[in-house]
Amino acid sequence: MWIKILLVIAVAAVSVALTRATGGARHQAVRRILLALFVVAAGVAVLWPPLLTKVANLVGVGRGADLLLYALVIAFLTYISTSYRRTSRLSRDLTTMARELTLLRAQVEDDRRCAPDGTGPAALEGTAGGDLHKSSTPGPHSLPGDSAPTAYDAQRD
Amino acid sequence: MPDDSLADAWLVVPLYDEAEVIGPVLREALATFPRIVVVDDGSSDASAARARETGARVLEHPVNLGQGAALQTGITYALAHGARYVVTFDADGQHQVADAAAMVRRAREERLGAVLGSRFLDDRTRAGLLKRVVLRLAVWFTNATTGMRLTDAHNGLRVLRRDVAEQIDLRQARMAHASEIVTQVARTGTTWREHPVHVLYTDYSRAKGQSVLNSVNILVDLVFK
Repeated sequence: MWIKILLVIAVAAVSVALTRATGGARHQAVRRILLALFVVAAGVAVLWPPLLTKVANLVGVGRGADLLLYALVIAFLTYISTSYRRTSRLSRDLTTMARELTLLRAQVEDDRRCAPDGTGPAALEGTAGGDLHKSSTPGPHSLPGDSAPTAYDAQRD
Repeated sequence: MPDDSLADAWLVVPLYDEAEVIGPVLREALATFPRIVVVDDGSSDASAARARETGARVLEHPVNLGQGAALQTGITYALAHGARYVVTFDADGQHQVADAAAMVRRAREERLGAVLGSRFLDDRTRAGLLKRVVLRLAVWFTNATTGMRLTDAHNGLRVLRRDVAEQIDLRQARMAHASEIVTQVARTGTTWREHPVHVLYTDYSRAKGQSVLNSVNILVDLVFK
């Protein structure tokens, strides 16, 4: 009997935690519906185990506990795949952010080499340059050691 | 001795924990290629400082993002500074500067959009049997998925002409970018050639290099994008 109370509390705790997860509005609605179904099913399974066994027999599984295990396996695999997708999206975003940061910092450094006091017009213009990814025009500055900064620009077609 | 025909070629060197060797590698390369951008990919050792000492331009990723991301950062930087040719070059000293220079000249002379290094076009490179088998499998996989006819898919020495480099957008931050570059080069429809290069396997590179097991990771990264 105690186990029933503990399990119901656990189900309630998990469902509260899940409702707090963020995401798109549609996703959130779907997740909430699934969550409601989960709460009902879990509650029923905990309070009336024979019912679970009956459902299990209907689909050709011997015991309710076995059905529960299968459902758990599927739920776990789903979890793995969604969290894998989410992690790769996150790391992709992180990559974009960090690269952007690196390039911006490089541009600031380059501009500072042009105007050592850091207040020259180049320092302001350059950093406001916008999309670093697609920028294909050479910067208004050259690296130290450039003998003829425009020599290679002239060759471009 | 710097070569004028290489003044518009930028060497892009992704760098991760190579403090031991990066100094000499860059100094040798700078003698031929005046323009080098090193992208330190969040190294935990003194790699970035060693690279700076050589006078090469060094960019630093705030965290480790993977070689693909480092290459993409370097390519973007080189293009923004007027590179006409972008050369990807490994930091560990496996690649020969002379090979890189020859590849740029070839790209220019034969008007090629891309020149890809291959260690299997001649017999200078000595790789172990297992390594050869894995590399051949990688080649087979890349050829099957891109429709290209390559002899070496995972060679880090490549020359990309500006218009081709502009279309490279590496999404695979980790090692799978090698196949990704090839795929994206193929998609541009540009003319390309393979060029025989010598990959030097030293004790250092053998100890540091990719383990054969890592090819499993690469395969998984490519299948489950």
